[in-house]
Amino acid sequence: MKKAVDLQKGFRAGLPIALGYLPIAVTFGILAKQVGLSALEATGMSLWVFAGASQFLALKLLESGVTAGEIILSTLFINFRHLLMSASLSQQLKTARGSAFVLSFGITDETFVVACLEKKLTGLHFFAIILLAYLAWTAGSLGGNLFAALIPVSLVSGMTIALYAMFIGLLIPSVKKNWKPGIIAALSALIAWTLTRAVPRLSPGWIIVIATLIASAAGILLPQAEKDST
Amino acid sequence: MIWLIILGMFAVTYIPRLIPFLLGQKLQLPGWVQRWLKYFPYAALGALIFPGILSIDPDRPWIGLSGGVFAALFSLIIGNVTAVVAASIVFMIILERIIH
Repeated sequence: MKKAVDLQKGFRAGLPIALGYLPIAVTFGILAKQVGLSALEATGMSLWVFAGASQFLALKLLESGVTAGEIILSTLFINFRHLLMSASLSQQLKTARGSAFVLSFGITDETFVVACLEKKLTGLHFFAIILLAYLAWTAGSLGGNLFAALIPVSLVSGMTIALYAMFIGLLIPSVKKNWKPGIIAALSALIAWTLTRAVPRLSPGWIIVIATLIASAAGILLPQAEKDST
Repeated sequence: MIWLIILGMFAVTYIPRLIPFLLGQKLQLPGWVQRWLKYFPYAALGALIFPGILSIDPDRPWIGLSGGVFAALFSLIIGNVTAVVAASIVFMIILERIIH
């Protein structure tokens, strides 16, 4: 019965991600159609790549007619931060070798932060989170591509708040319990904002990496809690 | 051609996700690295929220900001993350309606 509980907890945690991914995936499907990708190609990209920012960039690059090599290289750069998230998650989540091949595929910004903030993360628990996110991502891409003409853009654009709302909804309860995560998050946001202003050429992906590394390193300097409740 | 691009994109997104996770399964990182990583998700959250939220409507950054403030207040009262997401979507749709 432990397994059923893990699955259920995972689905509950994955639901807001799915809700957030759906409108973005639909937008991706619509844009993919505009760039000339078939439903199979658009859905295929979502199935195999499962990385929002780089898929949108790939569409932009396809449209401007750059080479395949350039698209693949920029994908690598955009998603380089997953390297850090993957390393971080590996310390919290220990699984069998076979499962590691499946579970690591599902690491995104969103599944990572949701998983990290879960108590007692198990492989099955994480699997349920990423499955829901993956289904929303791929189904949304397919739906957006097939029904591009029928979908009111205003509705989809109103939903762009979803992932931000989720990040905020994840952060606030932690801050309520303990002030330290709040300080670190605020510091990270400040660094990200400063970098955005100071170095406009730096892509958001790299800004997130740099700000996250510096701000979480500052966490080492914070006083350690008595029994460490963070 | 497009499938070749997809295959390439798959390789360069999957490998950085897989390798550290596989290596980390056996490896126990030193204490100071673990303390560093402990705050990693919170720092990531901060940088993911801001300043990105301002670009929801790039010409009117206050729209994204109001959505964020609403989400934060809602989250303070009702902790459930799915509820926060759903309420914020409704809030944004109403806000868009009021402006236009």
